[in-house]
Amino acid sequence: MVTSEQQSAWDAAAAVLDPEVPAVTVADLGILRSVEMTGGRSVLAKVTPTYSGCPAVSAIEIAIDVALREAGFDPTIERVMSPPWTTDWVTTEGREKLRAYGIAPPVQASNSLRALFGDTVVACPRCASTDTTRVSEFGSTACKALYKCDACHEPFDYFKCI
Amino acid sequence: MGNDVLFETLLRLADNHLILGHRLSEWCGHAPMLEEDLAMPNIALDLIGQSRALYAYAAEIENQGRSEDDLAFLRLEKDYHNILMVERPNGDFGHTMLRQFLFSSFMVLFWERAQNSTDKVLSGIAGKAFKESQYHVRHTAEWIIRLGDGTEESHKRMTAATAALAPYIGELFEADAVDQSAISAGIIPRASDLRGAWETQVRSVYAEATLEPILDHQAQTGGRIGQHTEDMGFLLAQLQYVQRTYPNMTW
Ligand SMILES: [Zn+2]
Repeated sequence: MVTSEQQSAWDAAAAVLDPEVPAVTVADLGILRSVEMTGGRSVLAKVTPTYSGCPAVSAIEIAIDVALREAGFDPTIERVMSPPWTTDWVTTEGREKLRAYGIAPPVQASNSLRALFGDTVVACPRCASTDTTRVSEFGSTACKALYKCDACHEPFDYFKCI
Repeated sequence: MGNDVLFETLLRLADNHLILGHRLSEWCGHAPMLEEDLAMPNIALDLIGQSRALYAYAAEIENQGRSEDDLAFLRLEKDYHNILMVERPNGDFGHTMLRQFLFSSFMVLFWERAQNSTDKVLSGIAGKAFKESQYHVRHTAEWIIRLGDGTEESHKRMTAATAALAPYIGELFEADAVDQSAISAGIIPRASDLRGAWETQVRSVYAEATLEPILDHQAQTGGRIGQHTEDMGFLLAQLQYVQRTYPNMTW
């Protein structure tokens, strides 16, 4: 049963923005896995890193801790590795926010990686053309690749699948 | 099986990833093009992130009051148990890409199976690392092909890289008594079982790159028991400088 207290704890933690992509929240990205009451005002928030080396994880954990404290809770933050985070957990709303922000959202079905050179079709977040080219597998942050649109000629970030 | 086998197994894996991540980070600001200046530190971040998870768990298993940072920064050279391939100097860009390709092609197979490890923490780490390693293989394989099947100069350099790295391949597939115990306990897969699939992938990329595969060279080994090449000390001097100069400093 979800109590109103649990709901307000979730709401406080879920509103935290991703420090590297401040258009989306940690809930939109599926980074915040759960928030549960553990007695009194104590809460346990579970967080999963996007990439092993994501330098933002610590910042995100601190931000969630602060948000919960400001909402009057006594939080413990736990980092969970398993099951591993996947871009399939990015919510529909999160995908729309990414697109509006100018980042192409991850293509569904994160397993396209298996094929060594299997190219995924990525639509330009500005003009929606699928006539796009990958410039670099690795972009400005661990979770993004660099693309360019051959229709409108704008470069853009793609939130890559994992 | 005692905890010492698990600890040593985690330490070897962590050392491989920290040392290779450090080598890659040396390219930051020196890559031949901007995209690669982003790519190599990104791969380095993945590797160092994987090593952090492994060191943190190793420290917990050891339970001697050493932290993840103590393990990463405050051991002597002979106490690092990484394979020799990862400590080799970067050489040129093609050499760095080839080393990464050979290593990551192995790790994809290793992590894939390690997801079924009897150790639940390791299987969790493997789940993430498996996905990340696939990006590393894809990125480096593209460069091997482009450079091997490129200009006369790039082909010549890639041929030199295949020869230079050949002696360090065998160690990937070794297993000493510690590994045997870890394999028997179902903690890690048997590396020699992965060799067939590894060779198939490497051969197909070499073929497309018009490179002669040298995959059965007599192996240089010793990393597992702390016998390193002469380059390791210099690497550690740089890696450990800040912690040695300002003990217990944190960010
Ligand atoms: Zn466009």
